[in-house]
Amino acid sequence: MSRAGDRARLEARVASKCFRTASGQSVPALADLSFALDEGETGALIGPSGCGKSTLMRILAGLDRDFEGSVQVPTHLRVGMVFQEPRLLPWRSVEDNVRLAAPQASEAEIAALFAALGLSEHRTHFPGELSIGLSRRAALARAFAVRPTLLLLDEPFVSLDTPLARQLQNDLARLVESRSMITVLVTHDIDEAIALADRIFILSERPAHVVGEITVKTPRAAMRDEERKAIAARIEALRAPG
Amino acid sequence: MRSEAASGALFQALGVTLARVAAAFFLAMTIGSAIGYAMGRNALFDRAADPWIIVLLNLPALVIIVLAYIWVGLNEAAAIGAVALNKLPVTAVTIREGVRAFDARLDEMAQVFGFSPMKRLAHVVAPQLAPYFAAATRGGLSLVWKIVLVVELMGRPNGVGFEINTAFQLFDIPLLLAYALPFTAIMLAIETLAVQPLERHVSRWRPRAA
Repeated sequence: MSRAGDRARLEARVASKCFRTASGQSVPALADLSFALDEGETGALIGPSGCGKSTLMRILAGLDRDFEGSVQVPTHLRVGMVFQEPRLLPWRSVEDNVRLAAPQASEAEIAALFAALGLSEHRTHFPGELSIGLSRRAALARAFAVRPTLLLLDEPFVSLDTPLARQLQNDLARLVESRSMITVLVTHDIDEAIALADRIFILSERPAHVVGEITVKTPRAAMRDEERKAIAARIEALRAPG
Repeated sequence: MRSEAASGALFQALGVTLARVAAAFFLAMTIGSAIGYAMGRNALFDRAADPWIIVLLNLPALVIIVLAYIWVGLNEAAAIGAVALNKLPVTAVTIREGVRAFDARLDEMAQVFGFSPMKRLAHVVAPQLAPYFAAATRGGLSLVWKIVLVVELMGRPNGVGFEINTAFQLFDIPLLLAYALPFTAIMLAIETLAVQPLERHVSRWRPRAA
């Protein structure tokens, strides 16, 4: 376990995680999966759909404790999470949704977050009145408002059109870089992983384990297109079955 | 009706009956909701309580009233208890359905963001139960007031039900309507002035079709 004075660190070692089917069979979802991230690092998990990425996120979030292995989390743990769906309370305004999750956040902090995410004009709106892009922004605002030490992003931009997803990625990248926390991003979009992550973990088919790890050179702004393409090619090679 | 109103007997009877309706309704809603919530959340409790709920649902109101008067006595507690017991299973079943329809994803969200139990109740649970609670309220008020009249007719010395019994014995239809119609008007007023505005308020977040 991490001691006081240590840098905050996330260390996940899942020996096995199984699901029980309706017929009583035990189906493995994760097997010998391990990875670690230090404070200030962003890790991206890339894998085929259905390989158990969301299951892993639920374990990291503490929602699923029925697994063999251990997860070491930062000592002062505050989790901010963006689920695949925005999961806002539909009967509370955007601002109330954020305040309920982060009662300690100051007015100035919330105003700054809303401004950074383009939500200032939508504070009093109900989630049902928002477009899907705005709902995802609201979910991001909620996750950041808690000043997380561990930020979990489960395909936060899935089902958005490409320009909108890119724009949100840029907003997200700015916010992530302005804070010191551990960020775990689940995605199946290689460009998104390269744009946001310091380290990329490639997962196998189910039962998932880490088949490869790629470190992305920072500062990212200096990265040339060829380098980007080279990383993408390496990821593709690792993802290829067999 | 005018003579009954002028003598004050009408208002007294209405007041007594309304008080009984309110007491029985409040009891049935609180206890019924608590039982329904527990049944929706806990499978074991659901299995244990379900047969009793079904028995209560199917036991005729009259049988419950007579048993209450025989066992507890011809008093106010028996009257209100009997009415509440008639309404309670309906509330429990409605609220249980509401709990079963809960969105587990919002529960998980509340868990990840560390919502306290009170915060969960107020902001996650209650809004999801609101439509079911409204349905139980609406059905409940009408059911309770009908049964209160029967209870009054059988074993109370006052109230609208008692007066209707008198009117029946005298075959006095104007007297009967003099008591029945104002009460119906009051229930209609409660529905339109209290229940419906409250329902609109709690569902104001729902996007309305244009």
